[in-house]
Amino acid sequence: MRDFYGVTLDSPLMLGTAQYPSPAILQAAFRASGASVATVSLRREGGQGQAFWSLIRDLGVRVLPNTAGCHSAREAVTTARMAREVFETNWIKLEVIGHADTLQPDPFGLLDAAETLSAEGFEVFPYTTEDQVLAGRLLDAGCKVLMPWGAPIGSGLGLNNRYGLRMLRAAFPDVPMVIDAGIGLPSHAADALEMGFDAVLLNTAVAQAGDPEAMARAFGLAVQAGALARAADPMEPREMAAPSTPLIGKAWL
Amino acid sequence: MRIEVNGTARDITATTLAEALVELGWAEARVATALNGEFVPSSARAGQALRDGDRLEVLAPMQGG
Repeated sequence: MRDFYGVTLDSPLMLGTAQYPSPAILQAAFRASGASVATVSLRREGGQGQAFWSLIRDLGVRVLPNTAGCHSAREAVTTARMAREVFETNWIKLEVIGHADTLQPDPFGLLDAAETLSAEGFEVFPYTTEDQVLAGRLLDAGCKVLMPWGAPIGSGLGLNNRYGLRMLRAAFPDVPMVIDAGIGLPSHAADALEMGFDAVLLNTAVAQAGDPEAMARAFGLAVQAGALARAADPMEPREMAAPSTPLIGKAWL
Repeated sequence: MRIEVNGTARDITATTLAEALVELGWAEARVATALNGEFVPSSARAGQALRDGDRLEVLAPMQGG
């Protein structure tokens, strides 16, 4: 299994911490999912931050701070520096948003921020598209992990461009990749793992489900199934039928 | 002096960032600070002078996806 900046994860599931009906349900969802990483953010301290931090520490998982909501490289870099101090990790999920409706990454700002942060010793997880040229440039900038989107954040549409993602996976076979955003169902997560992606990162699909704890468990099982299937070397699809029951020995009736 | 703290005007007597955090009740809190858009590491807060009209951001861990 490919590692993430030297870290091998117990589970290929990274789970967000936002939008749960309550802190207790967030905790239950993490336990049920077996997720190995929790994404978190930094916001203006309004009295909730300290309790939230102790809740996150108690989850016993690795923390991946994000730069969510940043629309410029400068903003993202400053947020990353602040996150490193607060969360005591070099890991940063780098988001530089380019469009308010699609929340599509701004490739230019992303690359700019990735260069700056990598040079400062950050271990950058860039939230990117399936664009191979951009992926290559991010790797040149010092990123050792890529996080291509499945579909726009919060859309739940799954793997929107399977062809593009498959080509990206094939183009950089040694690079750890996480499908981040757009995952709506456990089958989408299993699909990503079956395609050879190393992990998935999702939030809304669990937090906004009618029963977040049950959905978290479903995702935990799906990523296990997907990873097992990938390692088991799946058959190649074919256009024509091929009988699975032997023809030899069939009775003459 | 009057500075802006997380978008709200505040009158403070502190003259450094470290003193301001104590005055604002964040002495022991796990927070990160930025002054006028630039990150100020916790190790630099004691030496960071404040001026009237400064914009201070005090950020804490929060839910995220």
